[in-house]
Amino acid sequence: MKFGVIVFPGSNCDHDAYHVISKHVGQPVDFIWHRDTDLSSYDAVIIPGGFSYGDYLRVGALARFSPVMNSVKDFAARGRLVLGICNGFQILCEAGLLPGALIRNRDLHFICEHINIRVETTETPFTNGLKAASVLRVPIAHAEGNYVCDDETLEELKRDDRIIFRYCDAHGETTDEANPNGSRDSIAGICNRARNVLGLMPHPERACEDLLGSSDGSGVFSSLAATLAAHASVY
Amino acid sequence: MKAKVYVTLKPGVLDPQGKAIQHSVELLGFNGIADVRQGKYFEIALDDKLDQESAREAATKMAREVLSNPVIEDYRVEIE
Repeated sequence: MKFGVIVFPGSNCDHDAYHVISKHVGQPVDFIWHRDTDLSSYDAVIIPGGFSYGDYLRVGALARFSPVMNSVKDFAARGRLVLGICNGFQILCEAGLLPGALIRNRDLHFICEHINIRVETTETPFTNGLKAASVLRVPIAHAEGNYVCDDETLEELKRDDRIIFRYCDAHGETTDEANPNGSRDSIAGICNRARNVLGLMPHPERACEDLLGSSDGSGVFSSLAATLAAHASVY
Repeated sequence: MKAKVYVTLKPGVLDPQGKAIQHSVELLGFNGIADVRQGKYFEIALDDKLDQESAREAATKMAREVLSNPVIEDYRVEIE
């Protein structure tokens, strides 16, 4: 199994993702420059956090036009796994691989803190090793994490069990106070129809070592690796 | 020839920046402001050889595919 971490000008969580895959998952991983277009040797790609293209125009808007993104679309269409974290989630929404959009946090602040998210479903390659309804303590670091979508999209996401993480309090309750950025229905992460593309605002890759305050994020990567190992022929 | 593109948030999409601007303006003593919505404005210099219709078509495509995100924004194009 081989992972790729896509690097745009302005990505800054690429090394965190690389570190987690190489040190914790213990699998081969490459950085993929955004001008590269050959993803044929990879089983999963991570679109990391950061400020691609300086967040010019809209967050994630310009990264969508990087050459690698057409390859990511093909990669996803072939059922391979794509994980977008923070800016990666914003890019996946702009690219149309995930529905909705991320707009400015409701209180306008850039929020950088540990928050709680609830695992809403384990029916994805990214969460199948986690416990349903368990609470993960993971950091967020964003100014535009306020998830919006129209009523129809929200209904579809709920109906198809595609809301993967919701912001919650320490007890797993999705209160308004526990929603850090005003996201619709406390949504912190969603997947596509085929369930092989996941986007989330929190940073599980920054929560894989107790030394960093939490290792709750590691379950996402171990799920991913276990899925790939179990379905080596599929992926 | 110039294309002017106005990108605005769709009605109903929360605009916390607009709210903050409204608050600041009210602090200056302006009253009776029902709402402030922040948007974006682009000026695109186009080839003068283009006719009006092609210019509008090109600018509209840019507005739709790059300058706005149809999930949250509307756009309006003017050619002059």
